[in-house]
Amino acid sequence: MASNQSHRMRRRGLKIAHFIGLFLAMSVICIPGLWIVLNSFRPTVEIMAKPPVWIPNDLNLDHYRAMFGAVGEGGVPVLTYFRNSLIISVTSTVIAILIGMAGGYAFARYRFKGKAAIFIALMVTRAVPGVALSLPLFIIYARVGLIDTHIGMIVTYVAMNVPFTIWLIDGFFRQVPRELAEAAEIDGCTRWQAFWRVEFPVARSGIASAGIFAFLTSWNEYALASQLTRSVTSKTMPVGLLDFTSEFTLNWGGMCALAVLMIIPALVLTFLVQKHLIAGLTFGGVKG
Amino acid sequence: MAQVHLRNLIKAYGALQVVHAINLDIADGEFVVLVGPSGCGKSTTLRMIAGLEDISGGEIAIGERVVNDLPPRDRNISMVFQNYALYPHMTVRENLGFSLKIAKRPQADIDVAVNKAADILSLTPLMDRRPAALSGGQRQRVAMGRAIVRHPEVFLFDEPLSNLDAKLRTQMRVEIKKLHQRLGSTIVYVTHDQVEAMTLADRIVIMRDGHIEQVGTPIEVFDNPVNTFVATFIGSPPMNLLEGRVDQGAVVLTDGSRLPIPPRYTAAQGAAVTYGIRADNIMPVGHALPAGDHIATVDMAVTLSEPLGTETLLFAELAGTEVQAKMLNPRPVRGRETMTFQIALDKCHLFDAATGSALRRA
Ligand SMILES: Nc1ncnc2c1ncn2[C@@H]1O[C@H](COP(=O)(O)OP(=O)(O)O)[C@@H](O)[C@H]1O
Ligand SMILES: [Mg+2]
Repeated sequence: MASNQSHRMRRRGLKIAHFIGLFLAMSVICIPGLWIVLNSFRPTVEIMAKPPVWIPNDLNLDHYRAMFGAVGEGGVPVLTYFRNSLIISVTSTVIAILIGMAGGYAFARYRFKGKAAIFIALMVTRAVPGVALSLPLFIIYARVGLIDTHIGMIVTYVAMNVPFTIWLIDGFFRQVPRELAEAAEIDGCTRWQAFWRVEFPVARSGIASAGIFAFLTSWNEYALASQLTRSVTSKTMPVGLLDFTSEFTLNWGGMCALAVLMIIPALVLTFLVQKHLIAGLTFGGVKG
Repeated sequence: MAQVHLRNLIKAYGALQVVHAINLDIADGEFVVLVGPSGCGKSTTLRMIAGLEDISGGEIAIGERVVNDLPPRDRNISMVFQNYALYPHMTVRENLGFSLKIAKRPQADIDVAVNKAADILSLTPLMDRRPAALSGGQRQRVAMGRAIVRHPEVFLFDEPLSNLDAKLRTQMRVEIKKLHQRLGSTIVYVTHDQVEAMTLADRIVIMRDGHIEQVGTPIEVFDNPVNTFVATFIGSPPMNLLEGRVDQGAVVLTDGSRLPIPPRYTAAQGAAVTYGIRADNIMPVGHALPAGDHIATVDMAVTLSEPLGTETLLFAELAGTEVQAKMLNPRPVRGRETMTFQIALDKCHLFDAATGSALRRA
């Protein structure tokens, strides 16, 4: 009996330690985000206070009100930036996924000359830091008139995302047994039908997760966007954050408020497709 | 009418030829089993019939039509894959009805056909499950159901039972045979398991390294193997093979002992031969050896015995070669006990030692 009890005690102790460990880890991950949310709701004095004020004593929506207010009184064209971000991210994601599906499928299913070399080349492009390309890109875009356009940003993000989506989607198609498409062909499908009615739905979760990664990359990208966009015609939300800096001051509260607005769509999207995301990441489950 | 004809059928991957100009005529309604060791080209042959693999040479005809260049969907065949290849995102009902849906048949027809197939294969209680929620045997049934709903002219099976446990395999084997009797369609069935081949086939096609070694009914290939490969591949335990040399109507084994040449075989004096004896035809004296006029007697020391219930398998040594013999009416055997065995010569075989081919029979 006694040993039984001590065993139970030890198990409970382990459980508590586990919980505390998880709490600490999650704190490290979440506190910067929570700090931003908190700061967006409180006066600048409190944000700047030293030592930091952890428990807010005055929460209000002043920063949001100011942000949506008139330009010149701390206002920022939030809706325009939001629209730019949305157009650029969604379009570039859709294109990157279509190319990624075609490329990933080809890599997963077909043998062709130079396959390994092409694949490695695609991966190597990921090793080049995006900023390093900003100057050459700027010069080329300036020549062809793509500076400060949606198209310019879309092309940039497609190029950035395609190697990744190909790699990810290749992995997912590899896990779909070949025999599924063959069975579909025997059941009367054309090659094309077999893809859309069987292979695509089976790999859909994986493709959805590739889509989210591509979307978030475009949505959050700052370095290139800050170089290639100039005005409200194409500035995205991350670039818009810079509107809160002026020569001598930084409007931290406003910046945090815009950052919160930026995070919300990403969070909503992630929640909407999280079922797919998890299924995509634990893909083995659909085999059978 | 759905005969299948393979005429000089060749498959090559680059310079590597894996199917060598094989010829085979399969009659309408016949159950033909392609059997052979792993890697001998059975699946490749089947997949060429299905249209999943390009044909490098020769011709395939289904019914009267040459189908070489037809895609799988135009060949009116269905196939059961080794890993079943069920559509994981569809329920059992949708899996079964998929081919009819693709063919744009009215939903009412689809329901009738699907329910009938489900009834035949006892799938009715599982209709709304996904494949992931089925056991191996149930998945196997769904795969067969998917094959039968369309009433194809030819069924192709690629090792459909090899992922099942032994008991289920025996059970499904019986079901497949019943299904064939019920549907009467042509079946081409691939397996590496000779027991499956023997029990299911109207005719067995034994393949090795991309060649057909022998075609015949199970009894034919068992009783008259054309070479040592077929002799050892078909039948369990494998036929015992003893090397020797012909000397005046007998075969002299390596240790100098003599066995008479099996009746009806002719062999040239001095020829190097392989003597084949199945375990069923070499038994201790008094153990109901198959009837026959010609009996030889040898003494062998038994090194090991494997009781199987109704019979016991004896491992003994003859002329330096391990020989398996059978004992009906089993009794306990002491270690290294020497026993007198009888050999039913009428059932023995003689092969050319160099080529392995069976010698001519009178
Ligand atoms: N895509 C391929 N490329 C090269 N060789 C192949 C390919 N597919 C099969 N083979 C070879 O063809 C031979 C026959 O294979 P297969 O028909 O699958 O044999 P099995 O009789 O076991 O079904 C094997 O030696 C295999 O290695
Ligand atoms: Mg095979």
